[in-house]
Amino acid sequence: MNGFALALRQIRYENRAFWRNPPAAFFTFAFPLIFMVIFNVLFGEGASAFFTPAIIVFSVITATYTNLAMTVTIARDEGILKRIRGTPLPPWAYLAGRIGHAIVIGFLLVVIVAGFGALAYGVEIPWDAMPTVLLVLVVGSASFSAIGLAVTGLIPNSDAAPAVVNATILPVLFISNVFIPIENAPAWVDAVSHILPVRHFADAMLGLYASGGAADFPWQELGVIAAWGLLGVIGALRFFSWEPRR
Amino acid sequence: MIPADAAIDLRGLRKSYGSLEAVRGIDLRVERGEVFALLGPNGAGKTTTVEILEGHRTRSAGEVSVLGHDPGRNERALKQRVGIVLQQTGVDLYLTVHEVVEMIAGYYPAPRDVDEVISLAGLTEQRDQRVKKLSGGQRRRVDLAVALAGDPELLFLDEPTTGFDPSARRQAWETVRGLSALGKTIFLTTHFMDEAQALADRLAIIADGQIVASGTADELIGATSAASRIRFRLPDGAVPPDAAGARVAGPAWEIETDAPTRALNLLTGWALKTDTPIGDLEVSRRSLEDVYLQLTADAEVVE
Repeated sequence: MNGFALALRQIRYENRAFWRNPPAAFFTFAFPLIFMVIFNVLFGEGASAFFTPAIIVFSVITATYTNLAMTVTIARDEGILKRIRGTPLPPWAYLAGRIGHAIVIGFLLVVIVAGFGALAYGVEIPWDAMPTVLLVLVVGSASFSAIGLAVTGLIPNSDAAPAVVNATILPVLFISNVFIPIENAPAWVDAVSHILPVRHFADAMLGLYASGGAADFPWQELGVIAAWGLLGVIGALRFFSWEPRR
Repeated sequence: MIPADAAIDLRGLRKSYGSLEAVRGIDLRVERGEVFALLGPNGAGKTTTVEILEGHRTRSAGEVSVLGHDPGRNERALKQRVGIVLQQTGVDLYLTVHEVVEMIAGYYPAPRDVDEVISLAGLTEQRDQRVKKLSGGQRRRVDLAVALAGDPELLFLDEPTTGFDPSARRQAWETVRGLSALGKTIFLTTHFMDEAQALADRLAIIADGQIVASGTADELIGATSAASRIRFRLPDGAVPPDAAGARVAGPAWEIETDAPTRALNLLTGWALKTDTPIGDLEVSRRSLEDVYLQLTADAEVVE
């Protein structure tokens, strides 16, 4: 089997293992919906037009960055990665399998959140801009996967994984137009959030949702997200470890 | 045709972690089809050595050849021919035994039949159970099954029975013997003397990062001082003849000798002549454990 076929095969095994843990699977999918409902209740009528695309972005980041940074760190410390390293499976094919699985889950979440937004709150899905929406999702999920793998290299052990992952992503989500519309934020917060990739991911998705096919193609946003993705790849190549660290 | 080159050839292997030199110049040769044991106390450098052979660690110096490859280069061609049981490893807990072995088998060009591997590892009854449901000993057997999935020529077992109860250890030994009978070369590390003696065709004792002895178990026992020990008791005040070479050992007397027949003849002849009763007479072969303890004693003092 070539590396590509092995990577696809790896996605299937990851997927099979994922569905065998129903509570984990259930809450993976329920989590963004819970947020969506709460935000809509708290922020009232009309908030759903903002929160549907915002929670789509949140879902993709959770499924890729958060999920990979935590599960790959745990797999590393349990020796799963080390075992794989001793087999002829090309290392990239293994990681591609994990990333592929994360992206599959991310896309399922997007479908669920967009569907829920459309059915429960009447937020129209931007069908006219669908190719651009898909491109933003692909670039976003690939980049946040790469950043997630890079971050595993900075997590000293699996006990520290939840703390490190949450502390790196939650504040960013708060200042990046995802959890709270960022209209009245101080200028410096706005500036900081524009350096980071989450803001651009959110702005691109919000823009596409707000104006459908009429939106400008989000070159700038995609460029910043992809640049962070590239940094993630470089960081992962530099810091990723197959050996347990205890 | 049997290739003439060794399965493993190590020359001048060294490994330092900062200022600590864990492996300090090791030479080893393991022939194809052989069961070889690297025996030593914890912290002697066993795992460092075996992980360098497996390609998991880099070396600081020396030449290493495993099946003709340099494991430091991480070549796929070598990994296809080697199976590894690490000291501690994880597998996907939510897959069944069969799925795990099948998944791993798919990485290899010519894997062994999945059910045959499961049976070799003694997991037939657990075939369709999820790894999560298995006991510690059964999971260790999953490790072995995973290592066998690719039908490797060479198998590394790093302390394969640590934490096993006695009957599980015997079972594991039988499995290793079975694998050896299939023609596999097996390189195992252990800190159990009886394990090395029971399984290995040849063994090396490592202490403080250096090989202090190597050969067959018999050679090792024979090479270091006397091979037999005679113990006995005498009535108070009785002293055996000087020629027997006996010395006091606690409440008893002890003779260490390479010629037990001669020593016994001397002793019993003297006893009959002087009408001295000999109590608790016992003749034993020095065990590998005696040799091991003697050889590793100095190293432990250093630690």
